[in-house]
Amino acid sequence: MSYAGGTPPPAGSGVDPALPDGDRGSRILAPLRTEGVRGVTIAVLSTVVFFTAIVVAVVNSSGWTEIRGAFFDGEVFREALPKIVDRFGLNVFIFLVAEVLVLVFAMVLAILRSLVGPVFFPLRLLAAGYTDLFRALPTILVISLLGFGAPALQLEGIPTSKVFWAIVALTLVYSAYVAEVYRAGIESVHPSQVASARALGLSRRKTLRYVVLPQAVRRVIPPLLNDFIGLQKDSALVSVLGVVEGLNQATILQFENFDFTPFVALALVYVVITIPQARFVDWLIARDRRRRQGAVGV
Amino acid sequence: MKTDGSALIVEDLHKSFGKLEVLRGIDFHVREHEVVCLIGASGSGKSTLLRCINLLEPIDRGRIVVEGEEITARGVDVNRIRQRIGIVFQAFNLFPHMSVIRNVTLGPTEALGLPRREAEALGDELLGRFGLADKREDYPDRLSGGQQQRVAIVRALAMRPDLMLLDEVTSALDPELVAEVLNVIRELAAGGMTMVIATHEMGFARDIANRVCFLDEGVILEEGPPDEIFSRPQQERTQRFLQSIIEAGRM
Repeated sequence: MSYAGGTPPPAGSGVDPALPDGDRGSRILAPLRTEGVRGVTIAVLSTVVFFTAIVVAVVNSSGWTEIRGAFFDGEVFREALPKIVDRFGLNVFIFLVAEVLVLVFAMVLAILRSLVGPVFFPLRLLAAGYTDLFRALPTILVISLLGFGAPALQLEGIPTSKVFWAIVALTLVYSAYVAEVYRAGIESVHPSQVASARALGLSRRKTLRYVVLPQAVRRVIPPLLNDFIGLQKDSALVSVLGVVEGLNQATILQFENFDFTPFVALALVYVVITIPQARFVDWLIARDRRRRQGAVGV
Repeated sequence: MKTDGSALIVEDLHKSFGKLEVLRGIDFHVREHEVVCLIGASGSGKSTLLRCINLLEPIDRGRIVVEGEEITARGVDVNRIRQRIGIVFQAFNLFPHMSVIRNVTLGPTEALGLPRREAEALGDELLGRFGLADKREDYPDRLSGGQQQRVAIVRALAMRPDLMLLDEVTSALDPELVAEVLNVIRELAAGGMTMVIATHEMGFARDIANRVCFLDEGVILEEGPPDEIFSRPQQERTQRFLQSIIEAGRM
C-alpha cells in the first residue's frame, strides 16, 4: 500500500481531504492527510532514516574536511554574514525600485501592444520591437553599457550614479519580460468579458481598466513573481560596475579570509528572501480563490 | 425622425462572417412595450441579429433605428447607444472578479457617471425585486446558474435601458433553474419592458410574446401572433421546425 497521489479517500468521509483549496505549497503533504496517523508515522520515520543516511555518507566521504573548511567555516560565517547583509541592503534598494518601475513600464508596453486599429500600428510596432530587443540582450551587457557608458558621457543633467544606471538597466530588461507576461494575461481574458462590458456602454479604456486588467493581473501573479525573483538575483550583476553590493562584499571577504564561506553566506541570504515571497504568492492565490468560490452550494 | 410607437426598426440588414452570409436581409420592427420572440434553428441568425442591434457586430448593409435614432449611421457614439440597449447573454458573462453589487453598479457608475451611492441604491432595489438581496456581496462563482443569469438581467436593467435583448438566456441552465429566470422575464414584460427574445422555450414564447418571428437561413420567414405561428404556421419550413420541436418533447 502506498500513499502516492490518487489514492481515494475512505468512503463516506464526506469531504476530500486530499484537495486543499488551491494551496500549492501543501501538495507534498496532501497525500499524507488521507493516510491518518499510521501514514504520518511511516513518513516521519522514512524521512529521518533517508536524510540521516545522506548526511552520514557526505560527512564520512574523503574530502569532507577540506570542503567544510573552504565553504562552511563557522567563524568566517559569523564574521561575514553581518557585513554581507549590510551591503545586501543596496541590492534590496536596487531591486525594489526596479520592481516598482517594471510594474508600471511593462504595463504601458503591454497596453500599447494590445491596442487595436490601424492608427496604433506604430505604437504596436514600437512595443513589439522593444520587447524583442531587450529580451535579446544579456542583462550584464545592458548594465555595463549604461553603468559605464552613461556616466562617461559627462553630459550636464545626466546622472553619474552607477546605482542609478543599474536600476535603469534592470528596469529596461525586465520590463520586456514582464510586458510579455502581462500580455499573456490580457489575452487570456475571454472575449465575452469584453463584449459584456462594451454592451453596458463602457468605453474601450474603461473596459480595459475595470474588466480586463484586474482579471489579467490576478492570473499572472505567479509568473510575475518568477520574473521578480529573477530580477532580484540579477541585482548581483551590478557588481560588474564595481559597486560594493552583496556579491562584491562577499568577494572582498573571500580574499581577506582565503575562504569561500562568504559566498555561502550570501547564497543563504538569497534563499531566505526568496522562499517567503513564494509562500506569500501561494497565500494570495488561495485567498482570491476562496473569496471567489467560497463554500460550495451556498 | 421620430417614428411614433416604434422602439426598434430593422431594415434590409445584411451580415456576413467571411463568406458565410448569416443575415440576408432582415426587416422587422418592434413597438414600444412589445415583446417579440425570435425562434428558429441554431445558426438561423437569431444571436447575430441581437448582437447587431447592440452594435457588437458591425453590419454590412441596411439600417437599424432605435427610438427614432438611426444607430447604424456614421459617427454615432456606440457607447451611448449601448447604454440604452440592454443585452443578456446565454453564458451570463458576469465579471468574476467583482461582487454581485459591483457587477450591477459598474455600468451605471462608469458608463452613465452615476454617483456610487445612487447606483448602489438602484442596484439594491433591483436585486431585492428579483430575490437576490442576500447575494449582494457574493462573487458570481458562488451562485447557481439561475442566480447568475438573474444577476446578469439585473445588471442590464440597472442601465435603465429602452430596449432589452435576451439571447437564449435559459439555454445554459439546468432544467430546474429555467423557471426562475423565465419568471423574471415575465415580470419585465408585465412591467411594459420592450424586449426582443431569442429562445428555444416554445411554451414560454407562446406565453409571453406579442409576436413571434421565425428565422430561417438569415431571413424572417414568417411572423405573427404566437397563436397563429404555433397553431397554423403557413410556411412549410416553419411547420417542419415546429414538428421537430414537438418530437423532441420541447413543447
